[in-house]
Amino acid sequence: MSTVTPVVQPAAPTAPETPDFEFVKSWKVTIALSIFTVFGILLLVVFGRDGISTMRLSTSSDLIQLPDVELPTRLTGIVISVLLLLITAASVWLVQAQAKAPIWLISVFAVLLLIGFLSWAAADKAIPVPGLLFGSLSLAVPLIFGALGGVISERVGVVNIAIEGQLLAGAFTSAMVASLTQQPLLGLLAAMLAGVLVSMVLAAFSIKYFVDQVIVGVVLNVLVVGLTGFLYSQVMAPNAELLNQPPRFERINIPLLSEIPIIGPVFFRQTLIVYIMYVAVAVVFYGIFHTKWGLRLRSVGEHPQAADTVGINVASTRFWNVSIAGAIVGLGGAYFTLGSVGAFGKEMTAGAGFIALAAVIFGRWDPIRATLAALLFGFASNLQNVLSIIGSPVPSEFMLMLPYLVTIFAVAGLVGQSRGPAASGKPYIKS
Amino acid sequence: MKLELRGITKKFGALVANDHINLTVEAGEIHALLGENGAGKSTLMNVLYGLYRAEEGEILLDDVVQHFAGPGDAMAAGIGMVHQHFMLIPVFTVAENVMLGHEDTRTGGRLDLVAARKRVREISDRFGFDVDPDALVEDLPVGVQQRVEIIKAVSRDAKVLVFDEPTAVLTPQETDELMVIMRQLKEAGTSIVFITHKLREVRAVADRITVIRLGAVVGEASPTATNVELATLMVGRAVDLTVDKAPATPGDAALSVRNLTVLDPRGQVLVNNVSFEVHKGEILAIAGVQGNGQTELTEALMGLQPRVSGEITLDGKSLRGHSVRQVLEAGVGFIPEDRNEDGLVGEFTIAENLMLDRSNDEPFVKRWNVQRALLAKFAGEKVREFDVRSQGIDTPVGRLSGGNQQKVVLARELSRDLRLFVAAQPTRGLDVGSIEFVHERIVATRDAGTPVIVISTELDEVAALADRIMVMYRGRIVGIVPGDTPRAVLGLMMAGEAPAGEGAAA
Repeated sequence: MSTVTPVVQPAAPTAPETPDFEFVKSWKVTIALSIFTVFGILLLVVFGRDGISTMRLSTSSDLIQLPDVELPTRLTGIVISVLLLLITAASVWLVQAQAKAPIWLISVFAVLLLIGFLSWAAADKAIPVPGLLFGSLSLAVPLIFGALGGVISERVGVVNIAIEGQLLAGAFTSAMVASLTQQPLLGLLAAMLAGVLVSMVLAAFSIKYFVDQVIVGVVLNVLVVGLTGFLYSQVMAPNAELLNQPPRFERINIPLLSEIPIIGPVFFRQTLIVYIMYVAVAVVFYGIFHTKWGLRLRSVGEHPQAADTVGINVASTRFWNVSIAGAIVGLGGAYFTLGSVGAFGKEMTAGAGFIALAAVIFGRWDPIRATLAALLFGFASNLQNVLSIIGSPVPSEFMLMLPYLVTIFAVAGLVGQSRGPAASGKPYIKS
Repeated sequence: MKLELRGITKKFGALVANDHINLTVEAGEIHALLGENGAGKSTLMNVLYGLYRAEEGEILLDDVVQHFAGPGDAMAAGIGMVHQHFMLIPVFTVAENVMLGHEDTRTGGRLDLVAARKRVREISDRFGFDVDPDALVEDLPVGVQQRVEIIKAVSRDAKVLVFDEPTAVLTPQETDELMVIMRQLKEAGTSIVFITHKLREVRAVADRITVIRLGAVVGEASPTATNVELATLMVGRAVDLTVDKAPATPGDAALSVRNLTVLDPRGQVLVNNVSFEVHKGEILAIAGVQGNGQTELTEALMGLQPRVSGEITLDGKSLRGHSVRQVLEAGVGFIPEDRNEDGLVGEFTIAENLMLDRSNDEPFVKRWNVQRALLAKFAGEKVREFDVRSQGIDTPVGRLSGGNQQKVVLARELSRDLRLFVAAQPTRGLDVGSIEFVHERIVATRDAGTPVIVISTELDEVAALADRIMVMYRGRIVGIVPGDTPRAVLGLMMAGEAPAGEGAAA
């Protein structure tokens, strides 16, 4: 026996016969890939279509004109089916060899499947790629704002089901204020304020009175739907010219950047709100992970008692950060009326808040990943729009389901057991 | 810094947790606060740390009255605390945990992690710790986590440092190392309040001892007092620190475990290729520091773990892969380690809890109906037999004291015909009287010829009960040794060193 000196590491264990880790074979990914491969082969080969699919890469106003890409539909389908099969086989081999399918492999699979589907749907037709992406971003903007608010709120320990209500409140107030003042910027401010107000109700009930956060959130959503619906039909609609014709933000083309092929028209010919969004994503990411504010925010969401014992006021940290989250979500609401549609309509957010919530979880409570998730959902929604415009053979009812199908698969299948902030949704009750 | 508490009174509703407590800790002394679980030690310290507001009394630091609105004020005044349940954020790094609450920032509000890392290294070097500032706290062993807590307090220039039951999670060796650290801190002029209920530790390190019972100071003692004197003061009556038991008369092997391995969902091996036997009429104690696979091992025996390989046979019949119900029906009695979480339903009455594991069959259920009359008769008997102090069998279990709750669990499990009895941490958090009772019943069960497994992290309990001792470390069996093995050997085994000469008996 050796003498024990005060060192940290405990004495080495007797020669380990077996390692401390064993590989748990998981067939989940492989099964999912197989199902999609079968689906892909059925669609692309068995029900394959003949013709030429055109992908338009440039808009007429671009400085640099890229040529259209023309794909022979059936051949593309067969090539892609083979590639899908190969990737699925590779994943079987990987599981057998006790390794995990790398994320890039799954991404390549998804992109291939997508290209295959697009070329199949666009046989003898043309898909405007910049338009498809531009529309995706537009639809994703409120989702991204909503998701950013959701990330902050959940990171500080309050589940924010009320994103939907905050978006709707923001949309309504911004339309009203911007119409009255003819100042879109004031509308933007009003939207933030409306988001904060909804947040404060959520915060007050869940932090001060320990009411179940999910229930308060749901009730708030219903309340805002009812309130805006009532005010819309009683006040706004009868005086639509005065109250529901907000000036919209103008598109601003960023010099040089807006001329980059594909990327330029999509990202840099946008309105002020979208540029604010880019900044917001960066600021929230930097703030949460690299500043004092973020460290305290995360500590309160992970282990409020520990935060309390180092002198951080848990209740006020939660209250103010949930309010900030509300302001950010409010901006997303303003995008509906001041950025895209141009007028308020009853229940116009149509569940965007819940998709944003899904983006938060799919993005694993990380602002950047949540943004990417929101973009994916935006893409799924816009794909449906574009395909119905060019007239694809897929029934439009099925395409309408697409964004929600993507949401369910993404959240249920790909995320699996992701770990959120430990104290999210749990009230901190000091004895 | 001199700390003085004068007439501190703290009430929770009708319960007086602290009753006019006076305590003086001189600068540079280690002052032990000794008392049973529930005596009010932690409450007192939470008052000192600003977490609770006392109804009466005042706190003085160097003879100046302090008013703490929260822990922030207490820390600013120079009070630091190493909590019993570490106040660390598991997903943060060591440096982030240390800086939290008093962060330095650079331009752009960016956290100054460089300075925080430097600070952690500085303090680590001063005390001879080896702590990586960039390690995630959740990946660190508990002993190291405790050092992070100490670093946290020292980095805020704590002049009075409170250690709340610091040794509960440590191996005997780590405990010794902690004592060295405490003496180092004392040399540096820090006043230390050391809260514990373990007599041995108090006598090893304290300069003065204050004993608390039922929320009031009952006396002071010097570290030269004997264990029996201290225990008598702490409990309020003469106590017998040993368990009366006759030598075991082990029969045939009843439970046989072969190559048992338990994995968690991520593939980490929690129990690693474990084999042992338990004979009829003997107590096998499984010793080890919390979190070395004991919990998962018992859960695997009970059918509560999903990823189990190997063999478990009881009296020749396999138990592995069976549901909990089947395991219970095979005659296994089980005291879970957390009675509130797994052992009882707090809102249910004593009577209902007594029939919890027999709720789908006769005699208590006939044609989907609970036989209330039979249950009442049964519960009445058991309450008397196990001396459960309550207002009646219809009292919700949640309102009972820990000792009485544990007696309900014990009564339920021992009222069936058992072929194996598994007791995990059977006396955790109990008062001395209840501990004696539980120990007597466990020995009686053994004497009736039932094989018994006791899992305990308390060496005192292991030594008192065991006929044979199996020590676990990182999911493996370090060795199986006789019940009278010296404490020092067990301590080394708990740190992973196989006993000299014998090798791993597994």
